[in-house]
Amino acid sequence: MAVKITIDGIPIEAREGQTILQIARERGIHIPTLCYHKDLSPTGNCRICVVEVAKQRFLQAACVTPVWEGMEISTHSERTVRSRKLTLELMLANHPQDCLVCDVSGSCELQDLAYDYQVEVPKWGSKGTRYVADSDPNPFVRVDFNKCILCRRCVLACGEIQVRNVWGVAYRGFEEKIVAGADTTMLDARCESCGQCAAYCPTGALTDKMTYGKGRTHQVTKVTTTCTYCGVGCQFDLNVKDGKIIGVTSNPDAPVNGMALCVKGRYGYDFVHHPERLTRPKVRRYLLEGQAKPKQISKSANQLWEWVETDWETALTITADKFRATRDASGPDSIGFLTSAKCLNEENYLMNKLARQVVGTNNIDHCARL
Amino acid sequence: MSNSMEDVANAAQAALIIGSNTTEQHPVFGSMLRRAVNKRGLKIVVADPRKIDITEFAVLHLQQNPGTDIALINGLMYIILEKGWEDKAFIEERCEGYDEFKATVKNYPPQKVSEITGIPVEKLYQAAEILSVNRPSAVIWAMGITQHITGVRNVMSLANLQMLLGNMGKPGSGVNPLRGQNNVQGACDMGGLPNVYPGYQPVTNAEAREKFARAWGLKVESGKVEGSEANLQPSTFNLPDKVGLTVTEMIPGLADGRVKALYILGEDPIMSDPDTAHIRHCLEAADFIVLEEIFPSETSPYADVLLPGVSFAEKTGTFTNTERRVQMVRKAVEPVGDARPDWWIIAEVAKRIVAGGGRQIAEGPHAGWDYPDANTIMTEINALTPSYGGITFARLEQGKGLQWPCPTTEHPGTPILHTKQFSRGRGKFMPIDHVPPAELPDDEYPMFLNTGRVLYHYHGGEMTRRASGLMAVYGRPLVEVSPLDAEKLGLEGQQRVRITSRRGSIEAEAWVTDRVPPGMVYANFHFPEASANELTIAALDPTSKIPEYKVCAVKVEVV
Repeated sequence: MAVKITIDGIPIEAREGQTILQIARERGIHIPTLCYHKDLSPTGNCRICVVEVAKQRFLQAACVTPVWEGMEISTHSERTVRSRKLTLELMLANHPQDCLVCDVSGSCELQDLAYDYQVEVPKWGSKGTRYVADSDPNPFVRVDFNKCILCRRCVLACGEIQVRNVWGVAYRGFEEKIVAGADTTMLDARCESCGQCAAYCPTGALTDKMTYGKGRTHQVTKVTTTCTYCGVGCQFDLNVKDGKIIGVTSNPDAPVNGMALCVKGRYGYDFVHHPERLTRPKVRRYLLEGQAKPKQISKSANQLWEWVETDWETALTITADKFRATRDASGPDSIGFLTSAKCLNEENYLMNKLARQVVGTNNIDHCARL
Repeated sequence: MSNSMEDVANAAQAALIIGSNTTEQHPVFGSMLRRAVNKRGLKIVVADPRKIDITEFAVLHLQQNPGTDIALINGLMYIILEKGWEDKAFIEERCEGYDEFKATVKNYPPQKVSEITGIPVEKLYQAAEILSVNRPSAVIWAMGITQHITGVRNVMSLANLQMLLGNMGKPGSGVNPLRGQNNVQGACDMGGLPNVYPGYQPVTNAEAREKFARAWGLKVESGKVEGSEANLQPSTFNLPDKVGLTVTEMIPGLADGRVKALYILGEDPIMSDPDTAHIRHCLEAADFIVLEEIFPSETSPYADVLLPGVSFAEKTGTFTNTERRVQMVRKAVEPVGDARPDWWIIAEVAKRIVAGGGRQIAEGPHAGWDYPDANTIMTEINALTPSYGGITFARLEQGKGLQWPCPTTEHPGTPILHTKQFSRGRGKFMPIDHVPPAELPDDEYPMFLNTGRVLYHYHGGEMTRRASGLMAVYGRPLVEVSPLDAEKLGLEGQQRVRITSRRGSIEAEAWVTDRVPPGMVYANFHFPEASANELTIAALDPTSKIPEYKVCAVKVEVV
């Protein structure tokens, strides 16, 4: 059913059941939000999205208020702007003034709103920190409740996206805070370390610990790619700074997973720069000296079995010569190829072509069975 | 998967999760299913000997004895037939072999099935009812179904169930195996199998051989292969027509001399293959092993040449996920040191073997090995693989990936398979009988060993053991022991246990938990110091040659 409304004087036909925010976003009309996120149930608790509705005594939270016939909405009236400013001022009053060193400076929704509405920390506010920064011992999510604005996105991300219900809200009034389980540590509260809470947090309250201090959003290049772990095929953005991966962030457009990732996808990337990476080809010394392969028993002590780093040409030529000699002496089926479920389609295609075209064997398989 | 993860999560009314620890092994799909339970009341039936995490979201948990899946599925189908819940129209219109199949199912009445599986009769009735009343229902499985000597028959049983219920070819239904590796689907699609070329074109099919021989410059006009050694079989199209060896045959082939040399790309058989002691023995017997890897793995001590490849972050190309969706992988950082993209390495090896002669490779549209980038390789794949015909980098760069079959550049891809008919035409019901596992507990080895992965690690652990955060949470191997068995063994607190099978022995810390039922221990294969594969049995499924990782007999002692 169509519902006739006006937003900022523009006549609009909305659908029954739509919220003010939904129809405004559909029409490209900007209403600022903070606790609202399109993936999560709206809660209307931050009061940033308030709008003025004609003949209504109180301002209405656009994210939770459904439209009705004849509704006249004003998104940027003097009263709404004053209200938003006051709300922001109250949030900033007990928020650390450390944007200079904060990890999320530049991607902080509170910072953006303070800028948009030109609100500063009030003189009467911010009498020092209330919580220990980095208060949770888990290795992935950095918890700093000094920066929490109690928007509850973390609670909803854990409850509605991950469906693990680690986060909740406890205590009352000014003591109100976000807690893991019964105010314990995240892992004790059965956290699966997916990092969804940090991904949805609009401020620096929940951030990625492995990335902390390594680079802010404007300093990194984001490269969208597909995860290397399981077969779900999640996509995310590798955050690269100075040629190194410093973090993984959700990409809301990821076709399979949206913002959701698991602990391995989001936090299992540092193997890429691990010091044990192989960086140069290696061959056993016997191959360079034209000797026979040492027997098993003597291998461990045998200098001919030592690894020697070589250039690519040497390693590739030795490899090709050995395969060709084996093929010619013992037949193509004396060679086996294990291709890789970790590698690209293009690489698997080439292994199939190498086995079949170049060597002439169907002895090719991979770990699908394992 | 016949279906897509999204349509299963959005449209299935019920789901049978059997042999898949979904929330730990495919965590993001696991959370999609939990969302479906929460938001719209998806009814999940879990069949798993272990009390895995997803059971918390299930309406019913069937704890079958290890290796009794066929009996369980036949038992459910017996009840479905008894109650008349089968989809008669679907069976009539789209299937065949029904009568013979039905005769087999009739041998699995609930009481008998309960005795084999250990599941109470009333739970069998409940499960059959949940899956029948709440249609469409989807079946989801992983290695818990396939890693048995009856792996293929287990899968056929599940296909029988879905055809019987008419659960095929529509959203929220289907047969949905979850592939364990990021690109195991793609490796299969690209001909990384001993019996098929890319796109599952059989090597035993003369037309397929001719197609690839022409493309790859192996067409030979006369019956004699010019310039070939005597041991190369001359044929008109010089490609072998015999199915090759599987991984589980190739490695033992080193020990018996059938196989002399191995090219291993990004695999770690010491960690991932069954019966590690035997694998060591086999790899030691090789004449020559080249290992292309990113780390010095547990297999590298057996290699003669180590070639440094790169990780997913250092190259551009494509992966294909479990729902057949081809997606871009993009280079984010330069290769470390002098490491090179694996496609470059493979091509350079190929060029040098070709240049050395000994096998005639003539001109052909795709005979050469000059690839400037992965995109060029994909163009060749497009030309030779009908199901990938329309999957180009240009399209992938713009869209949300493409699900094969996607034969042309205009084709939108195929989210759901078998909507009108099955690949072979009619779906064939297969009569399948229960076969017990290869090794069952006895007096000497009285407990079941079940194996797999855990949330914080991945397969042989080569990457995740080098990820600092993951190690901080799960830094040492743990063996799951049930509280009842712990009491029997006198296990208290964080003690170490020794697990011994007929093939080997490991020592690890015990985690006393009711995730495992009494009489079973569960070990992972992420840590070389206590890898479950020291214990596992290399008993293979006769068709797929998959090892029975999920069942063997062990004894447990407190150290």
